[in-house]
Amino acid sequence: MRQIPVTVNGTEHLIEAWPMERLLDLLRRNLGLTGTKEGCGEGECGACAILFNGQLVNSCLIPAAQSAGSTIVTIEGLEDSRLKQAFIDTGGSQCGFCTPGMILASHVLLESNENPSELEIREALAGNLCRCTGFTKIIEAVRKARL
Amino acid sequence: MQDRIGTSAPRREAASKVSGRSIYTDDAPSYETLYGVTVRSTVPHARIRKIHFAPDLPLDEFTIVSADDLPGPNVVASICEDQPCLASSKVNHVEEAILLIAHPDRYLAERARQSVCIEYDPLPAVFNPALSTHAFKTCNISKGLPTQAFANAPHIIEGTYTTGAQEQLYIEPQSIDAAFLNNTLTIWGSMQCPYFIQKALDRVFPFPSRVIQMETGGGFGGKEDYPSILAIHAGLLSWKSGKPVKMIYSRGEDMAATTKRHPAIVKHRTAVDAQGRLLAMEVDILLDGGAYATLSPVVLSRAAIHATGCYFCPDIQIEARAVATNHPPHGAFRGFGVPQVNFALERHMDVIAASLRIDPVTIRRRNFLQQGQRTATGQVLHESVPLQELLDRALLESSYESKSGLGIAASLHGAGFTGSGERYLQSVACLERTAEGKIRVLVSSTEFGQGTNTILSQIVADELQLPLDDIEIVQPDTSIVPDSGPTVASRTAMIVGNLLADAARQLKSPGVNKASAKYVPPHGIAFDEATFTGDAYATFSWAVNIAELDIDQSTGQTKLKDFVAVQDAGKIINPTLAAGQIEGGVAQGIGFALMEEVTYEEGRVWNQRMANYTIPTAADLPPIRVFFLNSDASQAKGLGELPMNAPAPAIANALSRQLGTNFNHLPITPEKILKCDRSR
Ligand code: FES
Ligand code: FES
Repeated sequence: MRQIPVTVNGTEHLIEAWPMERLLDLLRRNLGLTGTKEGCGEGECGACAILFNGQLVNSCLIPAAQSAGSTIVTIEGLEDSRLKQAFIDTGGSQCGFCTPGMILASHVLLESNENPSELEIREALAGNLCRCTGFTKIIEAVRKARL
Repeated sequence: MQDRIGTSAPRREAASKVSGRSIYTDDAPSYETLYGVTVRSTVPHARIRKIHFAPDLPLDEFTIVSADDLPGPNVVASICEDQPCLASSKVNHVEEAILLIAHPDRYLAERARQSVCIEYDPLPAVFNPALSTHAFKTCNISKGLPTQAFANAPHIIEGTYTTGAQEQLYIEPQSIDAAFLNNTLTIWGSMQCPYFIQKALDRVFPFPSRVIQMETGGGFGGKEDYPSILAIHAGLLSWKSGKPVKMIYSRGEDMAATTKRHPAIVKHRTAVDAQGRLLAMEVDILLDGGAYATLSPVVLSRAAIHATGCYFCPDIQIEARAVATNHPPHGAFRGFGVPQVNFALERHMDVIAASLRIDPVTIRRRNFLQQGQRTATGQVLHESVPLQELLDRALLESSYESKSGLGIAASLHGAGFTGSGERYLQSVACLERTAEGKIRVLVSSTEFGQGTNTILSQIVADELQLPLDDIEIVQPDTSIVPDSGPTVASRTAMIVGNLLADAARQLKSPGVNKASAKYVPPHGIAFDEATFTGDAYATFSWAVNIAELDIDQSTGQTKLKDFVAVQDAGKIINPTLAAGQIEGGVAQGIGFALMEEVTYEEGRVWNQRMANYTIPTAADLPPIRVFFLNSDASQAKGLGELPMNAPAPAIANALSRQLGTNFNHLPITPEKILKCDRSR
């Protein structure tokens, strides 16, 4: 076991973990941040997406050892009420399981591109699977949040 | 007011979903929990000779359950009662559960699972449903005298249409927590039907149990019956160990072992006149049920009844069977047999049109069912049948006349259980007024993304003229809520919604603080299960879809440019949620058309990862444009499954037209497009 220092949603933590444990599990089990979901465990669905040093990453692919010293934002710590409200208003969340990852991916897009086109939104969200919505309302939510 | 029927009240649990606060099964805090895993068959059909555990495994640290440990009958309660909870002497499919193992450390549980070695004596396996000798169910529908009509027909057109297994791919995998305490078993989990699980547990365990639905990350039918066996497994481990047990499937296990859409072979033989009018139809349907019956009998009956779809034909013969193979069992998936038969029918209509040189719009207009006509089961359509209007609107919205190579398909979907199903269910819904004047809704209907909680709240709020915030949906818990039937078959808005409206009316009387309503079959509706004649459904929803697409001739990629879905699903309770259902269903239909197929190799799912079983992403999908007609009708009809039925044939029709070929097998992958024969 190792002590892994991480800053999560603005708070510093020292987490006891085996080096190969997944960051996803440290967040969910050690810190109780269960808003980050596991849909596949192999980097395909984006349900476990978080902000890792400002980048969108799939936390199921990051070993604990590699997270030492990182700054992490999960859905619980994401301050973007406008985007979250847009998902509520447009119906961009159905079962909700993809929603945390989808909102983080949308947030990262809007940070780098204030006024994305429909195509740019579709491409930016292509790493986050949603089986419920068909994406129409998710795209509406992103457009609504950008205004 | 925003809460009334017909307004887009926001989803009731949306705020907690967007903030990550919703508690799904694996999110609930757990203490002293054991992690449960399943040892599964690696062969499709065999006798189990011997089970070995690795010699270095400290067996006493693990809880291990085999078929010999069961405290009751080794059967998963369902229609046919043929599936064991755990295989004892014989396995009938790859991934069949044989042993359960639990340990406080999930890595050790997994290591133990991998270390179990099972010796088998192989038996011959059947993978081709046409070679199966065991039918779970057959069903025949006859109307008129088809043989005579064929003898005199000017044209007879035949076709064979096939579809593969499709994976539901809810993003939250199957998940169950179990705790056996004080002689009671409690199950928390991701599920559609708490009372199905309750019945399955009551069959196996000689003590009381209770089932509680947690927030559920998608179902699409995949969490209709499968959670019953998983709940039994988790319950067995908890009962034997005396500890709470958590069983969360990995994606690979979920994709390899759980039920999927039935692969189907549908054959049409149709007599038509020179104008393309349908004179007689013969339809032969074969579903691969897999190793156990699960829901195959009812999937089959729905498939058979919907086989002639939106069209009128005086003489019809439908023969359908669901047979056993050594594939893992196939089961419920949104559409429940209709997407397969509707693909066949709607492709066949275009094949007929092409061979008579009639355009696809005209052949549909000439044959659409009309009010007052009889369906294949002899059901008289008393309500309006708005197919012509739906088609008009779809043509208009897609600018059909000014474009070429678009594909059209229509569909219908019967709402509620087939035949006398609703009569047997006898669903109940209750309301209670609290001391603070709030209304508690007690139903077993579950929310798994479709919007149940919101629309049922709206129905009650509307009737009682209360704000939505005054309505509280009680978490489905079989120790608290009555059995309002399973959340399947596009039945909730119509059946449970009506019961709640009835209960709400009772609450309006002074002094009444509790009310309940029980399903009463509508007057004058009758279905004969033996002859398959009569009123198969209380009502039908209708849709017409049009797909516009481009084909990249060098890569074979299909790029959808536009998708128009027009439907009549009766009264629309919440337009945003309703449109969301259609958009999501269409997206699954697009996947079914172009990319999704579970591939079996010797009975084993080959593509059991999201990397090699791909579903449409945001980048693959077109804008999906949704229109509802008659949305202010007096009654809500089902809409959850309807959108699954027409997209695949609409797309296949567009591709077939553009490439001058017949795409009669799904999915139509880029490889098939590159290799297709364009000489039609
Ligand atoms: S769980 Fe990490 S990408 Fe799916
Ligand atoms: S809302 Fe269910 S997976 Fe996206």
